[in-house]
Amino acid sequence: MMDVGRHPNIELLAYSEVEDISGYVGNFKARIRKKARYVNENECTSCGDCVVECPVVVPDEFEMGLGSRKAVYIPFPQAVPSSYIVNANECLGQNPIACGKCIEACEKECIDFSMQDEIINIEVGSIVVATGMDVYDPTALDEYGYTRYDNVVTSMEFERLISTGGPLEGHLGRPSDLKKPKKIGFIQCVGSRTHDLERGNPYCSNVCCMNTIKATQYLKDNYPEIDSTVFYMDLRAFGKGFEELLMRSKGNGVHYIRGLPGDVFEDQTTGNLRLTIENTTANRLEDHEFDMLVLAVGATPATDTEVIRQMVSLSKSPSGFLKEAHPKLRPVDTPTKGVFISGAAESPKDVRESVTQASAAASRAGILLNKSKLAVEAITAVVDEDLCKKCGLCAPVCPFSAVLWEKKQVARVTSAACNGCGTCAAECKFGAIEMRHFSDQAIYAQIDAMLEDDPMHTVVTFACNWCSYAGADTAGVGRMAYPPNARIIRTMCSGRVSPEHVWHAFKKGAPVVLVSGCHYVDCHYIDANRSTTRRLDGLWDGLEKVGARPERLQLEWCSAAEGGRWQTIMEEAERKLQNVTVEEVEATRQALVEAKIPGPRNPRPKDENQPADYVCLRCDHEWLGIYNSNTERICPQCRSNSIRWLKGKKVPA
Amino acid sequence: MTVENLRIGVFVCDCGSNIAGAVDTEELREYAETLPGVVASIRNKYTCADPGQQEIQTAIRENNLNRVVVASCSPTSYEVIFRGCVEGAGLNPYLLEMANIREHCSWVTPGDREAATRKAKGIVKVAVARSHWLYPQDEEQVPVTDAALVIGGGVSGIQAALDLADAGHPVFLVEKQPSIGGIMAQLDKVYPDIECSI
Repeated sequence: MMDVGRHPNIELLAYSEVEDISGYVGNFKARIRKKARYVNENECTSCGDCVVECPVVVPDEFEMGLGSRKAVYIPFPQAVPSSYIVNANECLGQNPIACGKCIEACEKECIDFSMQDEIINIEVGSIVVATGMDVYDPTALDEYGYTRYDNVVTSMEFERLISTGGPLEGHLGRPSDLKKPKKIGFIQCVGSRTHDLERGNPYCSNVCCMNTIKATQYLKDNYPEIDSTVFYMDLRAFGKGFEELLMRSKGNGVHYIRGLPGDVFEDQTTGNLRLTIENTTANRLEDHEFDMLVLAVGATPATDTEVIRQMVSLSKSPSGFLKEAHPKLRPVDTPTKGVFISGAAESPKDVRESVTQASAAASRAGILLNKSKLAVEAITAVVDEDLCKKCGLCAPVCPFSAVLWEKKQVARVTSAACNGCGTCAAECKFGAIEMRHFSDQAIYAQIDAMLEDDPMHTVVTFACNWCSYAGADTAGVGRMAYPPNARIIRTMCSGRVSPEHVWHAFKKGAPVVLVSGCHYVDCHYIDANRSTTRRLDGLWDGLEKVGARPERLQLEWCSAAEGGRWQTIMEEAERKLQNVTVEEVEATRQALVEAKIPGPRNPRPKDENQPADYVCLRCDHEWLGIYNSNTERICPQCRSNSIRWLKGKKVPA
Repeated sequence: MTVENLRIGVFVCDCGSNIAGAVDTEELREYAETLPGVVASIRNKYTCADPGQQEIQTAIRENNLNRVVVASCSPTSYEVIFRGCVEGAGLNPYLLEMANIREHCSWVTPGDREAATRKAKGIVKVAVARSHWLYPQDEEQVPVTDAALVIGGGVSGIQAALDLADAGHPVFLVEKQPSIGGIMAQLDKVYPDIECSI
């Protein structure tokens, strides 16, 4: 930690938050808010004179609320930067007339209530996301009595209680009376490995077994008279030196009992805790009494990770932790070029694993930064100035502001800023924007080829590169079988799919067309897939107008991790396919010869957040919802995203 | 480009039994030969292995190929490898197309060889059709800002920042809390050696 503070190449921005990230690999711009500390961190010598005078006493979060601190404080003795800070929400002295005692106490005059938040704009070539994990809050698991009994603590709280730097200065005592406990029980898997999502998470939190084993051995080393018992369902001691530590702990007399307690009761006179467990190795019921119980709480994705995740368009795994680009081959890369993940943001990790992954991420980022120039994939948009009608529809749909347009001017593309999603090309009614390598001609050729031989057994499927195509890959890796009629056209984004492409497919005799992309929160082009929904709304209206069933056009969002969802999507598409007749396809083909290609149905500002009638084109479920162009539509009944917005067509009550 | 000028090579991969176990790859290879513009259709046990890649390069030179379709696995993992391969034989990497007959076909169509082979043919046909419309592309070069942003000052962010900084790159380390250290700083001792965390 100290090394960070004094490293000449590191600018440490503590008490700071990233507010915005824009740009692309090699050329990111970030806006950082450095919050006012009200103490000049360069001048502060950590003498502590201010603390003595501060009259405000609050629970100390570093001590998990088991100790107290003042409103002016240093987070912990070894803090980096080694500077005090005033918590403005707790302090009385923002009006110095009210208090201001710390200002008077500080001889170096470091305390300055006029200090303001500072906005720092930086430019970087790569980003490492190391936002860590949060600790599971066991309040929901009421049977363990965490909120009711003083002597039931979490593993993090226990960590502070045994710490020589903690509130008890290394003299372990239990919270109710500070007496040294004689018997301590540890309950494992609290908030982990459960299928009841209101009472924890399905995954293993990875660190809790070893943390408990460590704690019991630490107790044996320092308080050999304390008797420890661990209640577990499985002990996972899989790393280097882990099994050895477990054996040492067992050898020192720590009891390990397979079985988790149902209820915990407090003896009100002694403050002791009683529990009954089913010892599943001995096959008997046992009663136990402890002076203190420690809940080995699991890990959860850090809430702040979600903010950063959306800023740099990363995906998340079903567990909520960040998803890596490839589980084996690119474990610290992300789908967003130039952004790497490190540590517990990716999955719960201990210190050694976090450090290992950090070095990997630094190495990957360093490889990138060592280059003076970087080749950008040649998939960018190009405007044909002769075809451009100067209408300007393309510019506002670009998520990266890479398409520039002024009145009576042809559109221009800043290719270095273009990420190649193609939503501008799909928006252009005049075919004036071409995507390099994902050209309209290529897409039409693919549609023609797939419908040439056996159209009635073909689901024309558009899949975006990042999520739905990768979701189909995941289905493959998981050997999740589905009907063999899908033919996939890969585009970088579902926003590349223009109404013309879909119309062309139906004209060529497609029984069913499926458009698929990332979930709204996962869109790799910020919000380009919102345009997909607008276009599908228009296309569903257009199909209905020519007498074709709108449900023959399906829309689904599927993440790279959702192989099972892809399987379901394909099974449902097959079900639709089975219901389409040759006559129906022919009738649609005839009807489309003359029909105008439907443009997108654009919501008006007054539509936002207003009641809207929806119908699911997979299961026919109809309901009244709220329209919001930035909220993913999903059927409450079958979880499909083929949700048509029936504007002006009331759903029957 | 007209079909007469197109010289497409199709390379069908067995991927051991990963593809060949479900798809009749020889039938697929023969089928690919009949597709418009295809002048060479070659089957390989492992196309991504060195001998497989060498075969692609040899075929490009011998048959004067100007489009390459590799019928194997997902481009999300292997496109970069095969692009490098065709580039090594003097072809622009954007003239490569992949037909994903593993993740999207053989692995998800078990127990029905006929259906899987039919699907694989369809996928290859579509890929060959797309290859007609591929053109050489030049990649633009953009400058790289030599600096890194590390978000989060826990043990992982600290290590990443130090490694990058030691390698000579300027690093901005952003931490939300008043001090770096994260959860690690709250731990007294860490396993497996029960040593101090800080």
